[in-house]
Amino acid sequence: MTGFLLRRIGQAVVVVLGVTLVTFMLLHALPGSLARSIIGPRATPQQIASFNKQYGLNRSVWYQYWSYLWALAHGNLGFSFHLSRPVTSLLSSELPRDLVLGGVSLVLSLVIAIPVGVIQAVRRNRLGDYVGTGVSFVLYSMPTYALGIILIQLLAITFHVFPAEAPQTASTLGLLAHPSGLVLPVMTLTLVTYAQFSRYMRSSAIETLAQDYIRTARATGLPERLVLLRHLLRNSLISVVTLVGVSVPVIVTGTLIVEQVFNLPGAGLEYFYAAQSNDYPVMLGITVVVGVVTVLGNLLADIGYALLDPRIRY
Amino acid sequence: MSNSPLSAEAAVAGLERLVPGGVDPDTDASQSGGALRLIGRTFVQNKLAIAGAAVIVLVTLFCFVGPLLYHTDQLNPNLIAANSAPGSNFPLGADNSGFNILGRLMVGGQSSIEVGFAVAAIATIVGILYGAISGYFGKVVDVVMMRVVDVGFSIPVVFLFIFVSRVFQPSLSLLIWLLGLVSWLVPARLVRGETLALKVREYVQAVRTMGGGSVRIIFRHLIPNTIGTIVVTATFQVANAVLVLATIQYLGFGLPPTEPTWGSMLSNGITYLEDGYWWQVYPALTMIVIVVVAFNFIGDALQDAFEVRLQQR
Repeated sequence: MTGFLLRRIGQAVVVVLGVTLVTFMLLHALPGSLARSIIGPRATPQQIASFNKQYGLNRSVWYQYWSYLWALAHGNLGFSFHLSRPVTSLLSSELPRDLVLGGVSLVLSLVIAIPVGVIQAVRRNRLGDYVGTGVSFVLYSMPTYALGIILIQLLAITFHVFPAEAPQTASTLGLLAHPSGLVLPVMTLTLVTYAQFSRYMRSSAIETLAQDYIRTARATGLPERLVLLRHLLRNSLISVVTLVGVSVPVIVTGTLIVEQVFNLPGAGLEYFYAAQSNDYPVMLGITVVVGVVTVLGNLLADIGYALLDPRIRY
Repeated sequence: MSNSPLSAEAAVAGLERLVPGGVDPDTDASQSGGALRLIGRTFVQNKLAIAGAAVIVLVTLFCFVGPLLYHTDQLNPNLIAANSAPGSNFPLGADNSGFNILGRLMVGGQSSIEVGFAVAAIATIVGILYGAISGYFGKVVDVVMMRVVDVGFSIPVVFLFIFVSRVFQPSLSLLIWLLGLVSWLVPARLVRGETLALKVREYVQAVRTMGGGSVRIIFRHLIPNTIGTIVVTATFQVANAVLVLATIQYLGFGLPPTEPTWGSMLSNGITYLEDGYWWQVYPALTMIVIVVVAFNFIGDALQDAFEVRLQQR
């Protein structure tokens, strides 16, 4: 187990390094220079040279990458010249909101997808199963932004149930103080995540139902309800760990789109603004953070799986 | 609850074997050596898959043959007709530039379907080669190649696209290559996994004993045996590409109006949904959803079909 852990963590470190390398090199492949986008089109060559010297941009790419990594290791994600603030401080105020949005949606979609998936597996190929499959297929096949807009049209414009826009406050607590504004964004993200989860839960539960220990449990005369609760559900819960791990990219992308649709302030929306103003340090910082979270999610899922399921040994 | 349909079926099958002239479907298939026939039949028995395939055929006809029968001008804006509601002149209404939405669905569908298939082709070919090489050579090669895949998986696609859209002049071919660039990871991982299992089989060792080189083993023996996985993942790739295309077009990867896609129609129309111009949103959305659902049905059925083949072998 220790060997597995060390190997797996080593892999994760390598992958994180790879993510920083790729994103950093992408930035360097960009036409135009940071200096010109900051000082402006009328900057003299002298001004540009002195800007480049001041920020180490006249050094080799590898040196710059190394100093970027060095700063990253010290928790410094760079400086946004457009916002005149460090990227770290920007993210520390934005990320908690993403955690609220992503976390609540993740929990809700699990709470819905697990029982629905299990029920669909038990009653498979009946009307309820077909309806469930149909719903998740349609949700899965719909672009996230379209789903969000339809919900706005239906629940905010036609029937004035929830506000169409997320609460516009600077703090995470302020966001929580206006829960009604969060309903539609959370609903959108939950439905999208649910569509992914329910299909997985259904097939995982069908697989478990075919196992010998389910047949044995039934043969001992255990009531069907207990067979499902004790054996099917508990074993299906193990696969939830994997689900949560691999769903990180889905949720992160979903958060980005949902923030854009509902004008919900967060790291995703910051990424949009940064893209529009060519604020590369912010874009790079957010991409790296998302990459690290994805790698961590997969790492924790693998470790959690190994810990929870005694049959898995590395 | 715990009835035993399996034993009942087996009993019926056994009876059929006893009755002279009674054809047992299972033995028939294996005798005629038709793994393909077996796959085909399992696929055909799946009603959803047939519906999915029918939808794809109909949509393709609609997009590629439709414009020959139903002529609309999709190049010159007609501002007098802008935002017209569905009526006799415009069966599905007109968009904010006065383009006939029914006609635009056909033209836009051409690009969307082309992108879907092109991306699936690129992703599948690159993924097969990458995965087979990584799995076949193993050891350090495999470790390095798979970490590259991990890195690819950890960079959020949509973020990457927003980034790239700021730098390059968007065009349909650029989109195809970019989507291909991020889509080969899944097939690569799947093919690599299968290659790991296949390369220790006796027939691979036999080829090697007889002096067959790595290239021969990979192309003649390993890759053909992963065909099931390849076909299934390619089908899902098409669905995924259509969907991701629609998403990135909303996020700012806009193509010029002369190159409409369902995604651009949808993201364009959504701006006007608040004005009540629902006809600018739902036709394109419906097309995206039914095409993605259809490809998913086909992919699921193919997955079942290939698993049946594996079980009966």
